[in-house]
Amino acid sequence: MEFVRREAPYLAPKADVAAMMLQVLAALIPAALAHVWYFGPGFLFNLLVASAFCIGGEALMMRARSRAPEAALADYSALVTAALLAFALPSLTPWWVTATGSLFAVVVAKHLYGGIGFNVFNPAMAGYVVILVAFPMEMNLWVAPRMGDIDYIGLTVLQTVSYTLTGSLPDTLTFDAISRATPLDAMQSGLRGMRTYAEIRTNPMMGDFGGRGWEWIGNFFAFGGFWLLVKKIIRWQIPAGVFAGLLIPAGLMYIIAPGANASPGFHLFSGATILCAFFIATDPVSAATSPKGRFVYGCGIGFLIFAIRKWGSFADGVAFAVLLMNMATPAIDYITRPHIVGHPRRADRQ
Amino acid sequence: MTSGGFIERLQTGLWEENPGLVQLLGLCPLLAVTTTFVNGLGLGVATLFVLTFSNALVSATRRWIRQEIRIPIYVLIIASLVTCIELVFKAWFPTLDRSLGIFIPLIVTNCAIVARAEIFASRNPIGASIADGIGMGAGFAMLLMGIGAFRELVGQASILSRLDMITGGEPFHGFSFADSGLLLAILPPGAFFSLAIAVALKNYIDQKRRNAGMQRSLRQSR
Repeated sequence: MEFVRREAPYLAPKADVAAMMLQVLAALIPAALAHVWYFGPGFLFNLLVASAFCIGGEALMMRARSRAPEAALADYSALVTAALLAFALPSLTPWWVTATGSLFAVVVAKHLYGGIGFNVFNPAMAGYVVILVAFPMEMNLWVAPRMGDIDYIGLTVLQTVSYTLTGSLPDTLTFDAISRATPLDAMQSGLRGMRTYAEIRTNPMMGDFGGRGWEWIGNFFAFGGFWLLVKKIIRWQIPAGVFAGLLIPAGLMYIIAPGANASPGFHLFSGATILCAFFIATDPVSAATSPKGRFVYGCGIGFLIFAIRKWGSFADGVAFAVLLMNMATPAIDYITRPHIVGHPRRADRQ
Repeated sequence: MTSGGFIERLQTGLWEENPGLVQLLGLCPLLAVTTTFVNGLGLGVATLFVLTFSNALVSATRRWIRQEIRIPIYVLIIASLVTCIELVFKAWFPTLDRSLGIFIPLIVTNCAIVARAEIFASRNPIGASIADGIGMGAGFAMLLMGIGAFRELVGQASILSRLDMITGGEPFHGFSFADSGLLLAILPPGAFFSLAIAVALKNYIDQKRRNAGMQRSLRQSR
């Protein structure tokens, strides 16, 4: 396929890829700390495994394509992929699950398409979807967040490491004791079980807007995201589009039938909405590039997230929404080509 | 298209113009039934028989078939052969027939078979057409078995499971290597990935051979 490429004389960017990726990683640190606080140290081990396999896979593929591995590793994009994947995983994930996702992300979704700059799909989300489909049991074991509950059972660092390595819990603990339905799961199954929104909200796991703990991690993602906006690493159109595409239909449905639909606030602060809006959808390679196109792309992701949460079989739809809109990116870019100064607009030409 | 010798026809079907790997025909059964080696073997052998006999019959009747209505006639010939195969499966391999289900009758719509009737059998003598049918059918069957074995190995970590559907006897669950495999390989995406890997492997081998051949001829010309 031939896609239209823009050939304007661009201004030289202030930052190169490596500096940009480092800033994205830095913006993720607050949320990472919050994740560790609420869900235990498992996140760090997932990050470690994902980084090792992403970097290893990248080096291997560069070698296989007879290029210097240092060139690809120096831009830190493999680390960003690993970090996004680690945020998507439950904090307790056996290492082979993480490794499968990381290798698929880097080897298939990134390098088989031609490496950074050529990947059609967001690598982290492609890797996540593969393990979500291939290991449904392991990917649904979310522990309860630490919120000062009396019956909270936290795993120690050692127990977490042993689970990451072996995939089995200590004899005294069972999955039923430590794992909980995520707020999105509880909301989806509750609404489908003909319970009202207000009724489901009385569950102690629900917080002010989303789930307790979860909404705070969302706040820290937003904090990092705003910093990226200020630093001009990302543009406002994609996050605005994601929020508009998700919250407008959610708000309308909530006004029409407040009992049978989750509130827009719940949608905003649950699952990976904020992570997606600022960090996943804004991937510069697989997202749309024209200003108007970025907004359309974001809106599409937002609406698909809403549709999958409301009517789909998965509790959260961020990864699927992003991958589906990645497919639409060339068409969006083609339709929303910016107007060139001095040339007649399409309406004037007729 | 030249008819060529028997061996040459076999080579064409098995490798150079393999219906699955090169022409990418008949992908619906190829992707749908290849969850195990035994399923692939069953459908592969059925397709091989239908293709060989349909090529023979089309070639034998090619002088009497009018150009304008040739496709319906091919479909009639193929459908009657598929009916025979289906009855054979129902009589001798009832469990395998249940496992393959609708894909046995659907051999009628396998475009690889109509394509060989149209491209080859309607223009060549019976002997060459039979050779072409065996080559193409074997090529398709080999691919079905290969992908079936690969998906079974990766997805279930076993091989030859349900071999009893062909041999009869007690249910046999295959030689197992681990408790569970990578579930993705059994699911529909796994079929596409497996086919892509097979096509890539074939192109890689072809490229290697071409490069080696080019270097040989370069050396000779010096």
